[in-house]
Amino acid sequence: MSISTDIGVWVAAFFTLCIFSFLYKDNPFYKFAEHVAVGVSAGYWFVVLMKETLQPAVFLPLKQGRWNLVPGPLGIFLLILPVIIGLLLFFRFSKRYNYIARIPIALIYGIGAGPTLVQYLQNSVIRQMQPTMIKISFASWDSFSEVLIAVGVVCGLTYFFFSKEHRGTIGGVAKVGIWTLMIGFGATFGFTVMARVSLLIGRFVFLMRDWLGVIG
Amino acid sequence: MKKFFDRLILIDRRVIFLLISLSVIVPLLVKIELPLEVTPEVRRVFELVESLPDGSRILIPCEYAPDVMAEMEPMLYAILRQCYRKNLKVIVTALYPTGVNLIEKELRYMADQTGRKYGEDYTYLGYRPYPAAVILSMGQDFRQSFAVDFYGTPLDSLPMMKGVKNYKDVGLVLTVNATGGTEYWIIYGRERYNFPLAIGVTAVMGADYYNYLKTGQIVGIIPGLKGAAEYEKLIDHPEDAIRGMNIQSIVHLLIVVFVLIGNVGFFLSGQYRRKK
Repeated sequence: MSISTDIGVWVAAFFTLCIFSFLYKDNPFYKFAEHVAVGVSAGYWFVVLMKETLQPAVFLPLKQGRWNLVPGPLGIFLLILPVIIGLLLFFRFSKRYNYIARIPIALIYGIGAGPTLVQYLQNSVIRQMQPTMIKISFASWDSFSEVLIAVGVVCGLTYFFFSKEHRGTIGGVAKVGIWTLMIGFGATFGFTVMARVSLLIGRFVFLMRDWLGVIG
Repeated sequence: MKKFFDRLILIDRRVIFLLISLSVIVPLLVKIELPLEVTPEVRRVFELVESLPDGSRILIPCEYAPDVMAEMEPMLYAILRQCYRKNLKVIVTALYPTGVNLIEKELRYMADQTGRKYGEDYTYLGYRPYPAAVILSMGQDFRQSFAVDFYGTPLDSLPMMKGVKNYKDVGLVLTVNATGGTEYWIIYGRERYNFPLAIGVTAVMGADYYNYLKTGQIVGIIPGLKGAAEYEKLIDHPEDAIRGMNIQSIVHLLIVVFVLIGNVGFFLSGQYRRKK
């Protein structure tokens, strides 16, 4: 157990302390670390996407003269067509021609929504409705929790039903719905606190073990 | 007395930060052990991995970046330790660009620790864009998206990848995931190709994925550092996650105390009445 001699660890420790300094108050060290983090992330994304997407999918096939889809000039065209469509996105920076950028955006949305819609409806929405369609029994705690889920779903949905004023029975059911939602938010918030504390612990372990070497 | 309660809700946030920091630092220096219960959903993942025959293959898609390393790294290490102990052949993908090199580093570290060989005991396929499309294509043939591995080696020249075509050739898919890609593995992977799927996610995501347990779309879930700690307990190899959870319990206790102080201060200081 001794202090690290690795320059990378020292840089990471410096930036960790810069970020922590914000807890006292906003300061130039924090700002500097924040900007570096954003810049480095963007640069890293660019390099990874270039290396893992454009290079193997476009540059390398063009260089090696192999395009599997269709042979001949049509193959080259089909290879570079997506690149051209992608480049159209840069028209967003032009005041006059920014509408052209809508073409690739429409394609991205269209292609994305096509396979997603059916799969999502079938495998998420409908599948998630299944546990609410149950045979009611109080034979075990499991059955009780299933009833609780069904009641929670119905009451939660009633809360979002705005075509009738939330008064009387509807109001009561909606109130149970909002309680259900609040319990759900509470659980989510609890998990979030746990996640953030985990990250804090991770940083302290890094500082005390990897950097300062005061713990094993 | 009223002034005292007024003061309670005006505690400087820096005092709170300082106390939270101390509640992390002190338990790090002074070793403490608190009880930890293993939940059924984590045990199910462990048992499923245990039930795989020796030498069979397991696919571990890892999708996370350094920002959540504190939660995901102990989880991955615990899973890998169990896999290697059982002589499972591990195939890893990384469908999230900023985690590609981190995961490669973690795989190398664990291979060094356990004496495993690349290409024989584990294979790293790396990153390909559009996770949904990659997941779908892997159902046909892994080579459609990954003709070569992360290092540019053709898959067929790696001994453990011979005869491995698609999900049918892996005993379990266990994604260690901190992204929305988890849903892709459920919707496009599990539902389309019907393979057993387990997930390890960050604590923030945990609450959103428990409902998939109920529908049977996932066989188990390892949520955040707590899940990782439970896994470390199951493999009987306490490391960072168990240490982290001991500290976590103390911090949570402190947070509960602050919540109580804040509420007592709020209701007894007269602010509540004024607001009402």
